[in-house]
Amino acid sequence: MQRTRLSSAARRTLTWVLALAIAAPLLWALLASFKSELEAIASPPSFLVFDWTLENYRSVLANGDYLHSLRNSLIIAGGSSLLVMALAVPAAWAMAFAPTRHTRGILLWMLSTKMLPAVGVLIPIFLFYRDWGLLDTQLGVILLLTAGNLPIAVWMLYANFNEVPGEILEAARMDGASIVQEVLRVLAPMALPGLASSFFLIFTLAWNESFWSLNLTTTDAAPLTAFVAAFSNPEGLFWAKLSAASMLSIAPVLVIGWLCQRQLVRGLTFGAVK
Amino acid sequence: MSAIVLEGVSKRFADHAASDQIDLVIPDGKFTVLVGPSGCGKTTLLRLIAGLEDVDEGRLLIDGVDMAHTAPVARGLAMVFQSYALYPHMSVRGNLGFALMVKGTPKAEIAQRVERVAKMLDLDKLLDRKPAALSGGQRQRVAIGRALVREPKAFLFDEPLSNLDASLRTQMRFEIRRLQQELGITAVYVTHDQGEAMTMADNIVVLRAGRIEQVGAPLEVYRRPVNRFVAGFIGSPQMNFLNGRHAERYGAATIGIRPEHLAVAAGGALPCVVRTIEHLGSEALIHAELGGGGKLIARVSENLQVAVGQDIAFNADPECVHRFGADGNVIP
Repeated sequence: MQRTRLSSAARRTLTWVLALAIAAPLLWALLASFKSELEAIASPPSFLVFDWTLENYRSVLANGDYLHSLRNSLIIAGGSSLLVMALAVPAAWAMAFAPTRHTRGILLWMLSTKMLPAVGVLIPIFLFYRDWGLLDTQLGVILLLTAGNLPIAVWMLYANFNEVPGEILEAARMDGASIVQEVLRVLAPMALPGLASSFFLIFTLAWNESFWSLNLTTTDAAPLTAFVAAFSNPEGLFWAKLSAASMLSIAPVLVIGWLCQRQLVRGLTFGAVK
Repeated sequence: MSAIVLEGVSKRFADHAASDQIDLVIPDGKFTVLVGPSGCGKTTLLRLIAGLEDVDEGRLLIDGVDMAHTAPVARGLAMVFQSYALYPHMSVRGNLGFALMVKGTPKAEIAQRVERVAKMLDLDKLLDRKPAALSGGQRQRVAIGRALVREPKAFLFDEPLSNLDASLRTQMRFEIRRLQQELGITAVYVTHDQGEAMTMADNIVVLRAGRIEQVGAPLEVYRRPVNRFVAGFIGSPQMNFLNGRHAERYGAATIGIRPEHLAVAAGGALPCVVRTIEHLGSEALIHAELGGGGKLIARVSENLQVAVGQDIAFNADPECVHRFGADGNVIP
């Protein structure tokens, strides 16, 4: 009894230490966003005792690009995530419920595309996009992010669908459901946690993606990542404003994540915990 | 209500023939049981009839129309799965009405048909529950109800009772049989349990390795098995098989004697030593070791006074001795 209480206390402490370590950069940026530029780069740094100010937020929002970038981020992340799901659900359905001897190979091949360094295809894609008029367009970024995130979503959904008993889908087929009805009315409600967590993961990845958006967008389609990066400019690095911009950028995802955390935890541990 | 006819139906998985040139008539309105050891292809055969597997070769006639390559729903058959396969996110009402809903049946009619089936299966108080809140037997009834609501041409059952405990299983056997007789509907039922096959079937189909070994009424299959496999598979406890000099006396490679056809007789032809006695209450099973090797099981009256280790001798009723040739087939 004594020992279990001790070890559970130790485990709790360890969890907190790890969680703090992971969140430390974020918390640091949060603090910096309330400091003046001078205090933000002061050494030694001050923790809680400084002149708290909202000036950085005011200035970032006054800049005017924030809402424009937020809109682009929402369209790009939302659009590419929806497109990914629209393609990944049927793909994972086919792989999980109508596998062939090539299914495994296809899955591994899809994943192998994730091992390609993005910078390796930057020049050809840039040239294609220039010729096709896709540079600095929302559609251009959406297409790239869809291609990039599709393998992850297919893998996640495949693992998830594998947990759904095939007999239930066969029952639906015997009951006369079309494939669309089978997927929408039977599979989707059963796999909802998996669908939600896949969607959220893909959405977050698209939201945070910076390589392609920095290289392929300038103004019209620039999302929040480009907006944040713009605070490091030739006139210098504005830590405090950069931090405020970062906070404003991650806020929407944080809210969504918090809202669906129950579904998310269930989805990510699906199969591991029954 | 329809007859189902299979003509030369074959199905291969890689290089393994799960169904090999199956010819079978499933008569209209009868209860046909496909029985065999696991891996004999009985479930594959059922799934071929259902349309959940594609037929490689042969014809599958339902009501005289070849439906070997028709989509499951167009065949008009309903299936009850081993795992029940209820939709976990729908209530009992939703489960029962799903087939009608996807067909676009008017809501009022769905409600009416669901109510009727629910009443028939004693599910009317459970209509708003989810499957997770039901007992095994109730889930089983919902699965049957889901099949019933569609008013199918035939019922297909894939080992529907194997997840139930023994007493519920016996009760459900009776209920399924009663329902089928009341509705006069064609039923195809898969099981590995020969007892289930014997008690439920109008017609037994014994399968082995993707082929049909014998088709017939339960008692016919029991009394006149066509080969050693069927003789050994149908009947519990298993038929006793004897080789060597015992068989030679009957001019066969092997003879088979059912436990109930052995009678205790002083100086009988089969002298043994009693090894175990199983008391069933109404009768007892004597497990005995034959002099010269081999084992025997005899069904005797509980009134018989025997003890383990005691010498005993049996005589077989010559009318009831099954003779098998070296190829395992019965010698007429």
